[in-house]
Amino acid sequence: MAEMSVELVAVERRLWSGQASFVVAQTTEGEIGVMPGHEPTLGELVEGGVVKVTTTDGDTITAAVHGGFLSVTAERVSVLAETAELDEEIDVEAARAALADDDEVERERATAKLRAAGQTV
Amino acid sequence: MAQLRELRSKIRSTKNIGKITKAMELIATSRISKAQARVEAARPYATEITEVLSSLAGATPNLDHPLLVERESVRRVAVLVVTSDKGLCGGYNANVLRATEELLSLLRSQGKDPQLYVIGGKGVNYYTFRDRELANSWTGFSQQPHYENAAEVGKHLVDAFLAGGDDGGEQSGPDGVLGVDELHIVYTEFRSMLTQTPVAKRMAPLEVEYSGGDDAGATASGEVAPSYQFEPNAETLLASLLPKYINTRIFAALLESAASELAAQRNAMKAASDNASELVENYTRLANQARQAQITQEISEIVGGVDALAAVGSDD
Repeated sequence: MAEMSVELVAVERRLWSGQASFVVAQTTEGEIGVMPGHEPTLGELVEGGVVKVTTTDGDTITAAVHGGFLSVTAERVSVLAETAELDEEIDVEAARAALADDDEVERERATAKLRAAGQTV
Repeated sequence: MAQLRELRSKIRSTKNIGKITKAMELIATSRISKAQARVEAARPYATEITEVLSSLAGATPNLDHPLLVERESVRRVAVLVVTSDKGLCGGYNANVLRATEELLSLLRSQGKDPQLYVIGGKGVNYYTFRDRELANSWTGFSQQPHYENAAEVGKHLVDAFLAGGDDGGEQSGPDGVLGVDELHIVYTEFRSMLTQTPVAKRMAPLEVEYSGGDDAGATASGEVAPSYQFEPNAETLLASLLPKYINTRIFAALLESAASELAAQRNAMKAASDNASELVENYTRLANQARQAQITQEISEIVGGVDALAAVGSDD
């Protein structure tokens, strides 16, 4: 099975890196799915997006990503984010509370977090 | 009597000071490793964003963005100074501020007008005490900076820089905002536990290196450099990438400075604790001397008294 190396990097730390067979992200142009052998691409991700990585073991890694970029080269795929959280790290209660925030960016982030955590919004 | 009591109280207070400085030394030591770990943790993002930026630059040869272009007449320049919020860290702040003064006089000699942006309470105090005008200042995060802090500072600076593009001399341009034409940063680089050096760097305009390395590598392996697809287009990507790149640079500088601050504090507190224990030793010697002198005096008084009484008795 074809595989590619994927890096999920936030400013303050590296969230995940490893081998994967499929990556889904939303750029400002629309949703993009990347499989091994994809054409080199640079994309800007939407504010408050969800990135899904299917690893070669068949696991799915979901992360809420804010203010990021997607870079696909022949060797690897990297997702750069200003802040990002893996699904198991997300504080669902806090995100629900943030849904009522006045700030639109905060609301978008909260929505992304809830979607990444598998909750319905 | 009085001297002995004074010495004892001095010993007691010096011991207390020593305990406090020792505690501060230990706290700083335990925080340094955390600060260093954060510097390390931030490195993957910095390398990735640099890679993305250089591949973007490599794929689109005729890049054009205000942050990349040298301005013809440079009038006003922004200088960002990273200091600490609290003192007790030896020469840390003095060194940064000295490096800043050097940079400022260099800029002035080039006919540029520097605008000060200061991070950290100590720097703010230094400049307000001297009645120097600050363009902006931020405090409260010198030991544990977060990316949001860097992003806020970066946003201010990039806005000021972009607003400076249309300024003509002392007059602000059509946008009515007096911006700046260059961005500089002065921070402390963490070399090792014992050495931290202040460094001054220019952040914008960025110096673009159209790396010939990629092309050379491509011809050597017989491959063509990958042609990228952009979502959205290259200009929009560049416009959103560059400010983030500046933020990353600021964040890295903040993290390095935090580690340096803690290391400087540890060194200062170690020196203070050593001094305190040396003082305690000296005072203890003096106190012992005084005590022995006192005992000797008491004995000689008693002996003298007995002798005097014996002399009086023998007269009878």
